[in-house]
Amino acid sequence: MSLVSVNDLGVRLGGRAVFSGVSFEIGTGEVVGLIGPNGAGKTTLMRAVLGLLPFEGSSSLAALPAAERAQLAAWMPQAREIAWPVSVESVVMLGRVPHLGTLQRPGVEDRARVAAALERMELADMRDRPATQLSGGEQARVLIARALAQDTPLLIADEPIAGLDPAHQISTMQSFAALADAGKSVLVSMHDLGLAVRHCTRLILLGEGRVIADGSPGEVLTPERLARVFGISAWYQVTEEGPVYQPLEVLR
Amino acid sequence: MRLALPLLVAVAVLFLVSLLTGPAEIGLGRSLAALFAGGEDPVALVMRDIRLPRALLAVMIGASLGLSGAAMQGYLRNPLAEPGLIGVSGSAALGAVLAIQTGLAATFALGLPLAALAGALGGVLLVMALAGPRGTSLTLILGGIAVSSLAGALTALVLNLSPNPFAASEIVFWMMGSLADRSMTHVWLALPLMVVGWALLAGLGRGLDALILGEDAAQAMGIDMARLRLMLVVGTACVVGAGTAVAGAIGFVGLVVPHMLRPLVGAHPGRLLWASALGGAAMVLLADIAVRVILPDRDLKLGVLTALVGAPLFLHLILRLRRERI
Repeated sequence: MSLVSVNDLGVRLGGRAVFSGVSFEIGTGEVVGLIGPNGAGKTTLMRAVLGLLPFEGSSSLAALPAAERAQLAAWMPQAREIAWPVSVESVVMLGRVPHLGTLQRPGVEDRARVAAALERMELADMRDRPATQLSGGEQARVLIARALAQDTPLLIADEPIAGLDPAHQISTMQSFAALADAGKSVLVSMHDLGLAVRHCTRLILLGEGRVIADGSPGEVLTPERLARVFGISAWYQVTEEGPVYQPLEVLR
Repeated sequence: MRLALPLLVAVAVLFLVSLLTGPAEIGLGRSLAALFAGGEDPVALVMRDIRLPRALLAVMIGASLGLSGAAMQGYLRNPLAEPGLIGVSGSAALGAVLAIQTGLAATFALGLPLAALAGALGGVLLVMALAGPRGTSLTLILGGIAVSSLAGALTALVLNLSPNPFAASEIVFWMMGSLADRSMTHVWLALPLMVVGWALLAGLGRGLDALILGEDAAQAMGIDMARLRLMLVVGTACVVGAGTAVAGAIGFVGLVVPHMLRPLVGAHPGRLLWASALGGAAMVLLADIAVRVILPDRDLKLGVLTALVGAPLFLHLILRLRRERI
């Protein structure tokens, strides 16, 4: 079953085509890494898929009414905004907004989802602290927990692990893998190709105004593409510890 | 909820005190009895036609300023936002000033408030046209600043060219804001618009909560940003336009009250709405009692007092914020 289906998608910003002709589907149980150099249009692609900006072509999510879409897909923007000093738990509870009726208050199930998301992101100890007083990496984890609490079949996250310490980078990617094991899917943009190779089931490489490659990490990250798109060389080997990928040199 | 009860009690007590404050010395029991008794007894007239509209308007305008201030701060995610930001109070004042200058205000009793409402309507239509249907909060602020400064400049022009010093001084005094000598007609003029505005603004709670995470995230959570913005602008225009039309410009309440109450509601923008409505009502009631008690024979203006009290209060909040940030 496909959770989102994107067909011939294109976005123009200020008269310039950011990308065009982008088509892909995301089924259940996938962790899809969206990779590409700065300015390739990763954020723009994710926002267009959600229908948050004008685009050409079609996206099955963007076609839905906003309230229905919020039941299917959660979105974690790259800008880590927490405007007021509300408690960590309150921020995570915002993930339940799409599931509540107009005057309905959070119930037992909502609290359980929030508690699970806090646990998952190792935030249970700081649930009562004002979220604005946390460090940048902790805030990122709060916002990931918020997106998890929305409990949607699809999670779309824009560079969620940037700025996290190594342990939390890995555990966040493992959380995404756990979601995939439970039949959900994640579309995540990232720059750390080593983590992408180890934890994503599939990579979409965006660059030169189009999708350059879409497939398993091994298929996508060929030395020629790395040289052409990112301008780097890398060492890649499937070891006993799983696939290991280490960027080495800048080529240009 | 621990906050709701004290605020409600404060509003109720201050409302009673406001009813009992005035140059005519009337006892507690006598004045309350007169309020409900009816008849042509002079005490009943003082209570029903002078003190009751004054206290009612204080509650209505205070609640309006607190509510719209909290909504504006929540929407813009900025503690310095205030209801006047979208230019409604400025354009309502321009309408009123034109009514005084042209003599419309002197021709019939409701000339001034109706002209102020027309000014507010013109201002809000201009702001919405400038901000555009798909704009962000930034375009709304810029549109509001443009309309505010235009209205301010035109008001200054009217004063500048005013050949009549009496009209000029009347304009200046009117712009300071006051609840003195208002009648039940003013209450009935402002109330319907304010009720519409309150209903629109009270419905923003969930959207403002979601906006903690930014416009993009709120939109992805199913919040219709265009609708939220429209409700905010129309709601604020209704309450602030109606308030300015009957009482002139009363500053600082919409800025300071949400700021003071924010820590008491866990900084939730949604809960801050009703808390600020009650807090605003209490503050304007208190200020309006104070102008009558401090200088009973000098007609101290309400807007002057709220600004005098509000500015140091605001400074205190800034100093507290600075300490927290270090």
